[in-house]
Amino acid sequence: MEIPYTVAERPDTGVNNGRLGTWLFLASEVMLFGALFATYIMLRVGAPDWDALTHDSHGKLILNVKMAFANTLVLITSSVTMVMAWASLMRNRFGAFRMYMGSTVLLGGVFMVIKYFEYSAKLHHELYPSTNTFLAIYFVMTGLHAFHVFGGMCLNAYFWGPGAKLWKKDPRWFTNRVEHSGLFWHFVDLVWIFLFPVLYLL
Amino acid sequence: MSDDHAVDIQKHVRTYILVFAALAVLTVVTVAVYYLELSTGAAIALALVIATVKGSLVACYFMHLISEKKLIIVVLLLTVAFFVVLLFVPLLTTLDAPGTG
Repeated sequence: MEIPYTVAERPDTGVNNGRLGTWLFLASEVMLFGALFATYIMLRVGAPDWDALTHDSHGKLILNVKMAFANTLVLITSSVTMVMAWASLMRNRFGAFRMYMGSTVLLGGVFMVIKYFEYSAKLHHELYPSTNTFLAIYFVMTGLHAFHVFGGMCLNAYFWGPGAKLWKKDPRWFTNRVEHSGLFWHFVDLVWIFLFPVLYLL
Repeated sequence: MSDDHAVDIQKHVRTYILVFAALAVLTVVTVAVYYLELSTGAAIALALVIATVKGSLVACYFMHLISEKKLIIVVLLLTVAFFVVLLFVPLLTTLDAPGTG
């Protein structure tokens, strides 16, 4: 059975089904992260002394700004490689697509490794989600975000590997799939762009 | 793909590189502002403005929102409206704070 409107635009919506579905999903994701940002605001406004929660007894910030800065650059770079993977398919360059998509997956991996070291340092210093409300919201927001990075990596790895078979059968459909996978990946980057200053710098 | 189409994508690629450079510079600016140790209000305002500019660049160019169809834009405007409402919900908690009733 053929799935309708995977490439062609639906006359009533003006877009193909995959694109509309992806954007609707991302809209729900905005509300998911929005609820957590609202929680952050409530905890921060309600805290008698927020700085006491974000700094140790020596007045030093308990989060590692350098690691988060590095991770920001990693994710931004991965967003460029992702969009270049799509542009390569649009230009009929499958080899370049493989290189860019592979780079995107690897950069996602680099992000996760840096995050692992960051979390390890926190746990080593006995800083847990139960320690205070700041660490609770920090672990929930960055943990949920890291889960999204992992999900995006799996999706991109599938299109880099077994999913790429579709390129020979139906290149336009495959290009659309990569574009929609890219929408998700860019959204994950976008969330981090806000998480970084909100949790680490303010 | 036609030659015109290829030229069009080539222009897009140039834009992607420029956006990447802008994002990298703005990330450095965000961290530089942090080390300036501004007052809390100014630091929050500046950091959120920079993050909004960066987010808009990603959404407009990498996610192609700048040339997106009307239906998607309408869906996203609705989402933004609900998102703003959601962010202001915590303020309701101040209504029953001790001493205000």
